[in-house]
Amino acid sequence: MRTLDVRDLTVAYGAISAVRSASFTAAAGKITAVVGANGAGKTTVLNAISGLRDVRAGRIDMDGQDIGALPPHERVRAGIAQVPEGRRLFGRMTVAENLEIGAFVRQDRAKVRQDIERILVLFPRLKERYRQLAGTLSGGEQQMVAMGRAMMADPSVLLLDEPTMGLAPQIVDLVLEAVQAINAQGVTVLLVEQNAYRALEIADQAFVLETGEVTLSGSGEELLSHPRVRSAYLGHDA
Amino acid sequence: MTAAAISAAVRNRTADWWRRSIWVDHLMLAIRVVVAVLVLWGLAGGIAAGTYSAANFASFAMFGLTIGSVYALIALGYTMVYGILRMINFAHGDVMMVGSFAGLFAASSLSGAGLTNDAPLIALPLVLAAGMAVGAAVSVAIERVAYRPFLHVRSLAPLICAIGLSFVLQYGARGLFGTRNRAYPGFGWMEGTVQVAGLTIPIPQIVAFGAALVVLAGLLAIVRLTPLGKAMRAVSEDRDAAALVGIDVSRTIVFTFAIGGAMAGVAGVLYALVFKQITVFMGFFLGIKGFAAAILGGIGNLGGAMLGGLVLGLAEALGPALLLEGYGLPAPYQLKDVIGYGMLVLILIFRPQGLLGERLAAKRA
Ligand SMILES: Nc1ncnc2c1ncn2[C@@H]1O[C@H](COP(=O)(O)OP(=O)(O)OP(=O)(O)O)[C@@H](O)[C@H]1O
Ligand SMILES: [Mg+2]
Repeated sequence: MRTLDVRDLTVAYGAISAVRSASFTAAAGKITAVVGANGAGKTTVLNAISGLRDVRAGRIDMDGQDIGALPPHERVRAGIAQVPEGRRLFGRMTVAENLEIGAFVRQDRAKVRQDIERILVLFPRLKERYRQLAGTLSGGEQQMVAMGRAMMADPSVLLLDEPTMGLAPQIVDLVLEAVQAINAQGVTVLLVEQNAYRALEIADQAFVLETGEVTLSGSGEELLSHPRVRSAYLGHDA
Repeated sequence: MTAAAISAAVRNRTADWWRRSIWVDHLMLAIRVVVAVLVLWGLAGGIAAGTYSAANFASFAMFGLTIGSVYALIALGYTMVYGILRMINFAHGDVMMVGSFAGLFAASSLSGAGLTNDAPLIALPLVLAAGMAVGAAVSVAIERVAYRPFLHVRSLAPLICAIGLSFVLQYGARGLFGTRNRAYPGFGWMEGTVQVAGLTIPIPQIVAFGAALVVLAGLLAIVRLTPLGKAMRAVSEDRDAAALVGIDVSRTIVFTFAIGGAMAGVAGVLYALVFKQITVFMGFFLGIKGFAAAILGGIGNLGGAMLGGLVLGLAEALGPALLLEGYGLPAPYQLKDVIGYGMLVLILIFRPQGLLGERLAAKRA
């Protein structure tokens, strides 16, 4: 189990800072939720961790090792996988090919086959869709493939960017249960959600991101009952 | 349905189309009709004239397949780079030219040692290897200079840079090698012909077509079976998603340029063997042919580039005898390029996605 530690992260698009000196920790083997409004900088944080965005300042450590200088593909090798916002499947490849390419950095063929089986147990629906083009699947099915593809890298830290966006309530349940199941296998999870209530419910730790800054943090329960979170993100009167 | 009902339905649809269409649609329809009439008229005239026998046509077709496979090899480089970067590599034709000259120098030294005729099975692969290696190296250099610096910005700069590099290569070669036509020395054994299934085929055509098939099969194997091929497919669909599964995107792009350049080098060598003359200007006109073949097949589509090359080659080889002869033109073969470029224009107008291509809108998953 590995800890992801982000210190004073600043990311800018041209002159605009999207993330300003954000610090947080995704503790080993725990689920850490990130809550924030549209444009708060959640995706930017995840992409900085994955190496898709250059950072202006700050450190990204995994178990004390600075990974901030690695190119994106080496961070996957280092154990960080991301389920990106909007799923971003390879639509002209089959479900099987999407899962297989998720294991691009791995050499352990036998274990890869086993992991595919495990993903098909986690998401039985994908078994029926196995040879179908990923681009032709429903949104929920695509989300399952996206999570399966990320898991195929055998990560120790999994970043999820709004995995329940646009999904029907039963599918939301299924996706979040899968997140918990993955976490129960020892994977450190950093979960970005618009659906703050559901995210905080399953989170051990959580923090709030507002216009690029971490403004609140605590356990999932603490934030669930925090008046500012209740009024701004849970739709309750303060 | 009765005949009357059918004709009423047809009349309805025609009227419908007429109401909803604008003058551009009418112009396009008129062009289609004119082209169709010209082609049919030419075909009828050509066949009625009976200048050529079936055996003539068969050997034209064989020549068309040969030059078509050269176009296909060039087209693949355009289509692969387009697939992965959504940009045209305007210097690609000159990569082929440089590869062709690399083959010339390899052939010269091997011929000096007497190997080209005494040990053709060693010499020919070496000449091809020289073309491939230099083509790949020049193509990778083009990526480095014109495309890599702009990988993360949306800009036309790479295209401008590539056009600049095209001139650099062309005029550099002109300064170094001069403008006269050159031929590969020492391939005397290629002078003859062979009889295949009753056809008399010049040896260079057999060699070139065979070599092209081997290279194309090798390419398909790389793309379908190797991790590199999977990485190429992934990067061309979604660069960021590819990086997120651990694919080294820049390295994949470099390899794409290298493979495209290697195939252009092969094309340059095969062209030299078939036509027995190369010049420093060949990159321009053959580059456009390869580009036309890529568009014809559907740019971004590997199978399309292969098919487009062969179709273009066949059209050029058969078209003059089959179509233009029917108009009683004095020198129909001089007009083969009109057919080639004419097809490019017609495809761009009527089927911009090409023979096997998809509409761009349908591309994103
Ligand atoms: N490529 C970009 N270029 C310029 N600005 C950007 C870019 N991507 C994001 N931004 C800006 O950075 C800020 C943070 O964006 P980000 O996508 O990280 O927000 P988010 O919290 O993920 O929002 P959402 O909930 O809508 O996904 C926003 O103001 C956005 O407009
Ligand atoms: Mg976002």
